[in-house]
Amino acid sequence: MSLLAKKLFSFGGAIKNVNKNSIRLSSHFIFHPDNEKPIEGETKKMNMMQAINDAMDITLKNDPTAVLFGEDVGFGGVFRCALGLQEKYGKDRVFNTPLCEQGIAGFGIGLATAGATAIAEIQFADYIFPAFDQLVNEAAKARYRSGGQFDCGALTVRAPCGAVGHGGLYHSQSPEAFFAHAAGLKVIVPRGPITAKGLLLSCIQERDPCIFLEPKILYRSANEEVPIDSYTLPIGKAQVLREGNQVTLIAWGTQVHVLLEVAQIAKDQFGVSCEVIDLMSIQPWDEETVCNSVKKTGRCLIAHEAPLTCGFGAELAATIQEECFLHLEAPISRVTGWDAPFPHVFEPFYLPDRWRCLEAIKNLVQY
Amino acid sequence: MALKCGVSFMRLAQLHKTIRCLSTRTRPETINNGGSHAAFPGVKAPYTTEIKFLNEHSYEPIPIYRVLDNNGEVIDSREEPDIDNDTLLNMYRTMIQLNQMDKILYESQRQGRISFYMTNYGEEGIHVGSAAALSPSDLVFAQYREAGVLLYRGLTVTELVNQCYGNHEDPAKGRQMPVHYGSKQRNIVTISSPLATQMPQAVGAAYAFRRAGSGRVVTCFFGEGAASEGDAHAAFNFAATLNCPIILMCRNNGYAISTPTSEQYRGDGVAARGPAAGLHTVRVDGTDALAVYNAVKKARQLAVCNTPVLLEAMSYRVGHHSTSDDSSAYRSTDEIQKWTQEESPARKMRLYLERKGLWSEKQEAEQVREGREVVIRAMQRAEKEKKPNWREMLHDVYYDMPPILLKQMKQMESHLEKYKEHYPLEQYQDEENTA
Repeated sequence: MSLLAKKLFSFGGAIKNVNKNSIRLSSHFIFHPDNEKPIEGETKKMNMMQAINDAMDITLKNDPTAVLFGEDVGFGGVFRCALGLQEKYGKDRVFNTPLCEQGIAGFGIGLATAGATAIAEIQFADYIFPAFDQLVNEAAKARYRSGGQFDCGALTVRAPCGAVGHGGLYHSQSPEAFFAHAAGLKVIVPRGPITAKGLLLSCIQERDPCIFLEPKILYRSANEEVPIDSYTLPIGKAQVLREGNQVTLIAWGTQVHVLLEVAQIAKDQFGVSCEVIDLMSIQPWDEETVCNSVKKTGRCLIAHEAPLTCGFGAELAATIQEECFLHLEAPISRVTGWDAPFPHVFEPFYLPDRWRCLEAIKNLVQY
Repeated sequence: MALKCGVSFMRLAQLHKTIRCLSTRTRPETINNGGSHAAFPGVKAPYTTEIKFLNEHSYEPIPIYRVLDNNGEVIDSREEPDIDNDTLLNMYRTMIQLNQMDKILYESQRQGRISFYMTNYGEEGIHVGSAAALSPSDLVFAQYREAGVLLYRGLTVTELVNQCYGNHEDPAKGRQMPVHYGSKQRNIVTISSPLATQMPQAVGAAYAFRRAGSGRVVTCFFGEGAASEGDAHAAFNFAATLNCPIILMCRNNGYAISTPTSEQYRGDGVAARGPAAGLHTVRVDGTDALAVYNAVKKARQLAVCNTPVLLEAMSYRVGHHSTSDDSSAYRSTDEIQKWTQEESPARKMRLYLERKGLWSEKQEAEQVREGREVVIRAMQRAEKEKKPNWREMLHDVYYDMPPILLKQMKQMESHLEKYKEHYPLEQYQDEENTA
């Protein structure tokens, strides 16, 4: 191997001069850490992977029925969110499953039906679709079809989602809208370590089954001072991260950070005051916070990585125009992934990046 | 008969016939039934009066067919395949080329030149053994660790490297992650990342071949991890019930990322499911290219007559799952040792060829050097080539571009006109390929 490395080094030198192209693109956003703490008390610097690990650790410690499972979860999961938990809580509580997403979801529904707390990991949100039947037809409808006798609210399905720079078709998708369409499921997306811990603990304690989509690019790149104690953040509540009075910018997950940056650019370059809202909870979503903001600003931009058509932005836009029609100064704008599969080398052109969002803000203001 | 008996019982009961009458009319039939085969539509099986649960120890494990021992010596001369020398050499050269490509592309990912890679170490024997035994017109549905099949079929290193770089020479236009190869010309369906999805598709393709009377068969590769997916069950069941000309080729390499087979399944591996599903089934030593060749050759003879076959090739995943994985987190390096030494498929094949006087140390050194140079030259070329024009992002979603995509394309065109300095346009072709 060392001989090979040497050889590679020598040819590496030879092609250095001709190749300016293969430097990987830097990430498309700047992470904006939270300044406010959700609770008082001691904090610790954690990335989002560690914050999720911490939330699951707290659950396994306090809830003896809780189990955590999925593909490769035993050694910590491919993104290491379960790192050390099998050693701490044993193989009957933190374990590998066979490679079968429909099995993972169905198994989780069964656990929850029988009174246990189930935290199921799907390795990538792109691979959640074999579980679609279990989640949409079973988890979502269990309470309704039994007249409230049975439910699987103790099920939380975690899945890494979103763009990562080089994930291509099957390691990049954001499937939140598919699940938001299935009445009975709650769909949550955190924007960083603090929200991840609080929202995941809420999902686990929530009386309805939750799909918790974790923007995978934040696992390691996002660091915050996270309270070490247990805390929850309310499901169904959005957060206003930056106040403004000319344009309301709405996003969730990684895209929140794009909009925070864009809001600053808009302020600096053409003096436009933007209000930035992190929806956090896709289903149910916080109509009150969103509509109050749009009534104030009269302009609204929604941005998400998922494709435009039937993306969750469409649902927001429809409700906003219904509720805020007479306040609107311009049509609601959506900046999203294009209506194509998520492409590998074209990712920089596919994402709703800062420049596409900035242009949309300009158009909103000049309408 | 059982149903008829039941109906007559009910009718008689309703008519309030005497108990005695009932018993005299039904008892003789029940007694007759005791020793004969049941007539249930679901299964043809004898009756028994003993409750006996079957378990994984009820049957002998399915044996592993091999031709070569670890020293490359033929164990039973009757089993030595009749392969001409050129083909044997081509098989081994493909193994060397594959190893060299894996070494260099793996390192190139580590240097940030490509975004991702997966090596094939330990499974070379399955690749070349099966590819040599198939007809080039047979359709292959691969998983993602079968690059040797592609090389053997004649895809060039340059073609594979171009895919990994996602440049404009990549037939899939840079849209997929590295190692997601495919070639219409070479009858290899483009690889998709989701596991086992290709399996029922392969069975469907085989059914189409059967109806067309084409004499082609389909070979579907999948791992023992993928065999846990619901799609795998569907594929086995469809293949058997619809009598499809297919070889379902399981590469059992011991690991699905970190998950060992002990946590993937119980019982006698994937092969044991074959007879249960009504598939002709054989288990083979995947580190022995000649054993794989013989098994696939025979499997193909069955498949072409619409007898579907399940083949489980035992091997070991010597490399990490991918460049995103560090397998030292879940297995020891000692464990790997054996599979890189005496159980190495390339080594066994090399020793066999040396015994036959077809290979020498000198040829080995030359082939390794040449194999490496081919990859390096391909990389140097691939790195100079631009990525496809960005508009390729929106093509091929539909056959004809619908109005909404045309609109989105125009939006992006005018956006790039205004903001071009913020996009890496110089890395992409200016114009779309017209070819």
